[in-house]
Amino acid sequence: MKALKSKLDSKEFAVTAEICPPRGTDTSVFMDKARLLKGAVDAANVTDNQRAVMRLSSLACSLLLMREGIDPVFQMTCRDRNRLAIQSDIMGAFVLGIRNILALTGDHVSFGDHREAKAVFDIDSVQMVDVISKLNGGTNMKGTPLNGRTDLFIGAVVAPEADPWEPEMIKFEKKIEAGARFFQTQAFYDMHTFRGFFEYAAQFDVKILGGILLLKSAKMAHFLNKNVPGVNVPQHLIDELESSENQLETGIRIAARQLKELKTFCHGAHIMAIGQEESVVKIIEEAQ
Amino acid sequence: MIITKKKDFGDILEYLKGREKVFLFGCNSCAEQCRTGGEREVEEMKRLLGEEGKEVTGSSVVDETCYNMLIKREFKRKEAAASSDAILVLACGAGVRTVAENTDDGTPVLPALDTLFLATVERYGRFFEGCSLCGECVLGETAGVCPHTYCPKGLLNGPCGGMDGGRCEVDLENGCAWIDIYRRLKAQGRLHVLKRISPPKDHSKDLTRPRKVVLDRGVRGGA
Repeated sequence: MKALKSKLDSKEFAVTAEICPPRGTDTSVFMDKARLLKGAVDAANVTDNQRAVMRLSSLACSLLLMREGIDPVFQMTCRDRNRLAIQSDIMGAFVLGIRNILALTGDHVSFGDHREAKAVFDIDSVQMVDVISKLNGGTNMKGTPLNGRTDLFIGAVVAPEADPWEPEMIKFEKKIEAGARFFQTQAFYDMHTFRGFFEYAAQFDVKILGGILLLKSAKMAHFLNKNVPGVNVPQHLIDELESSENQLETGIRIAARQLKELKTFCHGAHIMAIGQEESVVKIIEEAQ
Repeated sequence: MIITKKKDFGDILEYLKGREKVFLFGCNSCAEQCRTGGEREVEEMKRLLGEEGKEVTGSSVVDETCYNMLIKREFKRKEAAASSDAILVLACGAGVRTVAENTDDGTPVLPALDTLFLATVERYGRFFEGCSLCGECVLGETAGVCPHTYCPKGLLNGPCGGMDGGRCEVDLENGCAWIDIYRRLKAQGRLHVLKRISPPKDHSKDLTRPRKVVLDRGVRGGA
């Protein structure tokens, strides 16, 4: 398996998948899931207290993946650390051998399991991308030279179906200006809109990983439409799920269809299966 | 205006455990308008404490409880203020602090209210947060909409993934601050301002506590 960056640089289609750290220190299930993904994906993207629910650190789990021979994408949100901690953890990730980082704003604490927590947001995602660029350039964010720089492949996120689109587009362009080199997109189900986004993004020197979110059931599709901003599951997919005997199998088939189509024009795909790592492998196999 | 809300009466009684003689301060300014610390509320507190067997030794509803000179004058006027077991203040935190500054270390000064925010008064009795007092006003770049105050994450470079059709996912009743900023800047022909990367906020301007401002004599004027 090539590392994510060299795969994208050589214009090969790259597939990444999301993996969620455990709540606790028993990593056996996490490692089983990681082993499932090994060989099937080019990199595994380790979530950072996703949905503001406290879990084992993204940095530690990224290292565990690396030891297993999987290229990790270390996710870092702006929610839990101030600028000192962000910089020292980014450098920490680098010296441990991590080479891909994904800068995110992070869900608000009010969605999570520690609602009384102080949400930090000392810097935002555009500023975090800029900070990583500076660390790559050999200084800290204040411009003070470092004794040894980082060399990280900087990723960020974008929501191609955000409504309204223009302010999201402006932020996307700011992330590029700040130094983001690859983008993982929010899940989308309208390939036509996504192609439009991809054609627009082609003017920039960035790699786009189209976001595929496995629909496990029609119920989940309704939930996404109701609760997740920027995600719209069209009615015909909901009908397809509802009319099928095995909704998960149908969801896998839908995701595989999306992956297959992305392979014809996009730089890569990012698969989110929320705990269903075995389904990720099926999606990839079905899209062969 | 500073917005306050009443603490739970049970919590106030807990504060006053073992303290029988209580003096009350109210505030005729913000707390009066919030209906938390004016004459009415001080009288109500007297009654409630009386029912619990406490002796209210006296009370003062000061024009501005946060004004040191006014508090000092009340302590001179009312001997009971200094000789009670405790002083309960129906005012914002700054009012409580000002009263505490004027008492000996042995007398507990207790808050009857929780202090919430600096508000715009939409109309009487309807307050919403207007300013976060951050020490470095960005309203010039954000078309009069404060991202520190209206964005729950205080982001400085545009909406996050939680923007939902122009609403904020943290509370869908609220519009996304950044969509508001975007619309206004666009209407003003100033979208280029949004396209600039805003640097991280300089927190040395608001987190170096306590903050103070002392005007020069010439600027102060007066006697």
